[in-house]
Amino acid sequence: MAAQGVPATAVSAHDPAVRAGELTEAAVGGDRRALARLLTAVENRTPVAEAALRTLYPMAGRAHLVGITGPPGAGKSTLVAALIAELRARGRSVGVVAVDPSSPITGGALLGDRVRMQAYASDRDVFIRSMAARGHAGGLASTSAAAAAVLDACGFDLVFLETVGTGQSEVEVAAAADTTVVLEAPEMGDEVQAIKAGLLEVADIVVVNKGDRPGAQRTASQLRAMLVAVARVGVADRRHHGRVAAAPDLEPGPEPADASAPDARPRPKQPEVLVTTATTGEGVPGLLASLDRHRAAGRDGGATSAARLARAEAQVWAILADRTRAELDADGRRAGTQAILRAVADHELDPFTAVDRLLASLRG
Amino acid sequence: MTDRPLKVLIAKPGLDGHDRGAKVLARGLRDEGFEVVYTGLRQTPEMVATAALQEDVDVVGLSILSGAHMTLVPRVTKLLREEGLDDVLVVVGGIIPDDDADELRAAGVAGIFGPGTTIAEVADFLRTSARPRA
Repeated sequence: MAAQGVPATAVSAHDPAVRAGELTEAAVGGDRRALARLLTAVENRTPVAEAALRTLYPMAGRAHLVGITGPPGAGKSTLVAALIAELRARGRSVGVVAVDPSSPITGGALLGDRVRMQAYASDRDVFIRSMAARGHAGGLASTSAAAAAVLDACGFDLVFLETVGTGQSEVEVAAAADTTVVLEAPEMGDEVQAIKAGLLEVADIVVVNKGDRPGAQRTASQLRAMLVAVARVGVADRRHHGRVAAAPDLEPGPEPADASAPDARPRPKQPEVLVTTATTGEGVPGLLASLDRHRAAGRDGGATSAARLARAEAQVWAILADRTRAELDADGRRAGTQAILRAVADHELDPFTAVDRLLASLRG
Repeated sequence: MTDRPLKVLIAKPGLDGHDRGAKVLARGLRDEGFEVVYTGLRQTPEMVATAALQEDVDVVGLSILSGAHMTLVPRVTKLLREEGLDDVLVVVGGIIPDDDADELRAAGVAGIFGPGTTIAEVADFLRTSARPRA
């Protein structure tokens, strides 16, 4: 058995707020072990995590949050590793939250993204954390955005959110990130795949990785052609509905002023399409430049702030739903709540009336 | 949550290129409900310690078939102690002569698993010995 020393940061403070305060102060001060412990608390949704996030959230918002998504085997982890090399060469610090799926049968998970990211073991300015999705279906874990916020608050310049290998519709990462990169491998499908709804619609940058494979340039050309068409249709459609027509955000520079109007939902995008070979680093400096351009373009109230609003909404609604549920399951209300749920199960009550009554019980 | 999965790092320090056993164990522990971080071949002790720290694992499992365990394992446990990770359970799998076992235990290894150990045995040992993190 390992020696049972009590580490300095593990003082048995039973008060979550005290423990959170210790961990937060240490983590923000550069203690990587405290940071790791905080991330565990966040992942397990403990009271310590909630107390810590109350402190850390106002300190976050400076990092560039970059989502990396795409099908299994497209090279997401390898590309992140190549981007880390570029960023470190420029002196920028990097945090990574890499998500892999959990087994729906056993709850276990094999987290293998670190295999491609081993070169930075003694570099304090690279922090990589694997997370199991734990049953969450959107491509991330339910706590991934909060984990990214912790890394952000601890001063990492850029934080990658790497999703599980995705299919066509795991678009949640677009709300969690400022800039969303969708990876494709060469010859993964014809032009019809590029015009289907879903993943490609949320891309700020599309990367055809494995650029050394045959067909990479052709795949990129097809994607460019089809995505331009999609973006134009999108703009016309918006005019038709009397909304503000947003310019394609290929060009750096200020966004149209009304892009940040209340109606500025995620709008049709015309993503850049780039080709990389992550294993050799080919095309990776160009991708980093593109990431930086997207960030600069979005800073003054464009796409990035729309993404941030979407992120705020997602976080607040999720917490609101959790809290509402907890209130309804609290000691004074549990019996009433259970009775209503049983009535719905027995088809004595419809679910809408059930919610009317539950909300009324919260107000009462 | 008290029923959250234990998090296990499976690492292969050293230069031997035989990771089939480590992969089978990683997959087997996944099926036993663990969250397994697999880091691949040719890890330095520093890489293992960094991964254990950043991932905040409950268990570090080292697979060594090269015979270099008396060099590599004490270096890993020393680095873990230096990082303040003394409460992480360290286990070793591979070809470990009985004569070396006592010394490895003295260096901080909690369990040693040789050929013929079943995944269920490893899983049971980890469940009873590891202390989940808050």
